[in-house]
Amino acid sequence: MRDLRGNQIAMIFQEPMRSLSPLHRIGNQVAEVLWLHGRKSESEAKKEVLTCFERVGFPDPERTYSSYPFELSGGMRQRAMIAMAMVAQPQLLIADEPTTALDVTTQAQVLGLMKELQRDTGMAMILVTHDLGVVANMAEQVVVMHKGRVMEAGAAEPLLSAPAHPYTRALIEAAPKIPAAAAPQPVPGRSDLILELKSVSKTYSMRAGKGWKAPSLIFACRGVDLLLPRGKTLAIVGESGSGKTTAARIALGAEPPDEGGSVLFRPRAGEAAIEVHKMDRTARTAFQREAQMVFQDPYSSLSPRMRILDTMTEPLEIHHIGTQSERRERAAKMLQTVGLGADMLQRYPHAFSGGQRQRLSIARALMLEPSLLVCDEPTSALDVSVQEQILRLLEKIRDENQLSYLFISHDLAVVARIADEVAVMRRGLVVEQATPETLFHNPQHPYTKALIAAQPEPDIHRPINLKLVAQGAGRPEDWPEKFRFSGFEAPPLVPLEPGHKVRCHV
Amino acid sequence: MGILRYAIYRFGTMLLTLWVVSILVFVIINLPPGDYLSNQIAELRASGQSAGVAKAEFLRSEYSLDKPLWQQYFIWAGFLPGPHGFSGLIQGNFGWSFEFDRPVSEIVGDSLWLTVLVNLAAVLFVYVVALPLGVLAAARARSWVDYSSAFVGYLGLATPNFLLALILFYYGHRWFNLPIGGLMDPALEGEPMNWEKVKSILIHLIVPTFVIGTSGASAMMQRLRANMLDELGKPYVETAIAKGMSPSRMLAKYPLRVAFNPFVADIGNLLPSMISGSVLVSVVLGLQTIGPTLLTALKTQDMFLSGFVLMFVALLTLIGTMISDVLLVLLDPRIRYEGRDA
Repeated sequence: MRDLRGNQIAMIFQEPMRSLSPLHRIGNQVAEVLWLHGRKSESEAKKEVLTCFERVGFPDPERTYSSYPFELSGGMRQRAMIAMAMVAQPQLLIADEPTTALDVTTQAQVLGLMKELQRDTGMAMILVTHDLGVVANMAEQVVVMHKGRVMEAGAAEPLLSAPAHPYTRALIEAAPKIPAAAAPQPVPGRSDLILELKSVSKTYSMRAGKGWKAPSLIFACRGVDLLLPRGKTLAIVGESGSGKTTAARIALGAEPPDEGGSVLFRPRAGEAAIEVHKMDRTARTAFQREAQMVFQDPYSSLSPRMRILDTMTEPLEIHHIGTQSERRERAAKMLQTVGLGADMLQRYPHAFSGGQRQRLSIARALMLEPSLLVCDEPTSALDVSVQEQILRLLEKIRDENQLSYLFISHDLAVVARIADEVAVMRRGLVVEQATPETLFHNPQHPYTKALIAAQPEPDIHRPINLKLVAQGAGRPEDWPEKFRFSGFEAPPLVPLEPGHKVRCHV
Repeated sequence: MGILRYAIYRFGTMLLTLWVVSILVFVIINLPPGDYLSNQIAELRASGQSAGVAKAEFLRSEYSLDKPLWQQYFIWAGFLPGPHGFSGLIQGNFGWSFEFDRPVSEIVGDSLWLTVLVNLAAVLFVYVVALPLGVLAAARARSWVDYSSAFVGYLGLATPNFLLALILFYYGHRWFNLPIGGLMDPALEGEPMNWEKVKSILIHLIVPTFVIGTSGASAMMQRLRANMLDELGKPYVETAIAKGMSPSRMLAKYPLRVAFNPFVADIGNLLPSMISGSVLVSVVLGLQTIGPTLLTALKTQDMFLSGFVLMFVALLTLIGTMISDVLLVLLDPRIRYEGRDA
């Protein structure tokens, strides 16, 4: 068995962050496969590993060989995992959700790489995934499983285009799609703004490794201007590290922006705007009643030691609202609003599934009847079918209560569905901003194009266009002339047509 | 390499800490009203022995006890000249023990390195026992290996050390003809070091090492087991198995390396807890370590003696933490590269 493992059958795991030992150099961990199976001497193994590193797209194999995993980004780590799996040239590769933890553009590149390697070596591959878009791009044969049983199996093409089993059909239904061309929606009115970010920048300084060097600066946000009209949804889209979460945290006053930036909040139409970062204690408490947040990870954002009832009524206690029984009643009602039973109040979070927990988080955020809800990737930890339900719930609540959403996501298809306006961010800069319809059918910026192209769709005839992804997700120096810039000097955000802004030279 | 620079930096902070500790030790020793000599003078006065009083007064000025407290500290530490020029801890003069009427260095002399020896042996014992047992208990978690090692471990934790000492002495002597008490054959005491003496010390060390080390070993074992179990569930272990590694090799290379950190970090805590914990054992076993000396010195307010012993324990602790810190930096690249862009 041990002779088969690694030698004939190799495996790639879901979380590249945790699948590599943090204490051993990458080269050591990869070359180990060759040593273990007694195929190579140490120096020969190193040579082979370096070739393999080059093959999976490491720009500097020598350096990677002596790097530690924590020195690489998620995508690079997954490349290292792939190298580890491929180095012994196995007959069979088992990949367990190899791209679930990665950004869309990175996912597209990693999938492309795996396909290419497969074509070159002729190995077989078992790919486990929840994403039908990935299936459509990679698979020849598909097996659909549900609760431990096979629902449907067969060749990919007929299965995806004409699913026979209702479960498969439901899965395909639930997969978020970028809508087909529709009449361009008018840009939401700018008259009644609930939230306004004015040239918000945020610079973090990283302590340098050596004491005498100046700390390196990280520009998380650079001159972000965003307007959120009341009752609408503004989405910020970007990869990890694009500054979208920082922008949201600044909008909520969790972090101050750099000098010169400001955030304005108008709790009701016509009232005077409050400056979020210049509030005193009482104003801040009042603001917190109006603005709430839904977090990304429903598993860690609910205290495991508090009953749902306590979690739900705590915000009311903090703000001294109602009596004990009134609070209880409100919590029960709120649970019903988000589609859970009032009898669940006495339970602890561990008794709920991921989707139910996210409903709980939403219910908790709504307890104070806020007017602004900041959703930080509220569905990215959930399965597709559950994601669909949560999105529907968010839409329903927004329309019933006149809520305004600031919606953070890396998933364009999700955003396409819920947002009235989308801002695409890349490395702290808003590169393109428009309504979702305009953005998806007339994208201008190469990075937006890359994001759209990288989105795997459950349609076997629309494979990912890797060239588009590679260019847009690459360095700004490699973008087409019109958008190109290097260093800190970015071109301005220019309105192309009403409601469509792109960062380019004119 | 930054390691050397880090070690030097760490050594610098150690000296600084030692200096702060010296102030604390001095203040605490002087907190109770009176000192050994003034107590004695009062006693002598009461019984009308003026000759004794004169001698005590002489000692008082000899050791600057008539000076203000802050001056006393500086003279004791060796930053200021006393009646006979600079002669404090820094210069290697540890002071005079009034209780034993001999220089401190003479009293502690031999027992200093015997203390170090006994405790090093105990620490070694802790690690040698805890490492394989902890790994084994984790690898075979929830099996009879795990349960029986935990049972023995808790037994070791729960048994009072002096009781364990008595039991071991009795049976050790009866079955293996091990010596009772002491750290060497009384005939060899005060002799220069030779092969006979080393052998005698080693044989005498067996029981004390076991007694002092048992509770530490079982605690350490359980800690290592828990850490190992945490690590065993992590994906990188699965990765290693998927590579086709043998279980024992995989255990040693991956989870153990990560679980090793707290293990190493404990070196610093182990030393002082053993020295203070072994006072009672030393009394029961008749070991010539500084534990019993410290006890007497504290009881009689023998300030120079107790001050020196406390400083010595502090030094051992600081050396222990320094060693573990430097080892951690060597072992864990995440600490080594801290602050560098990941």
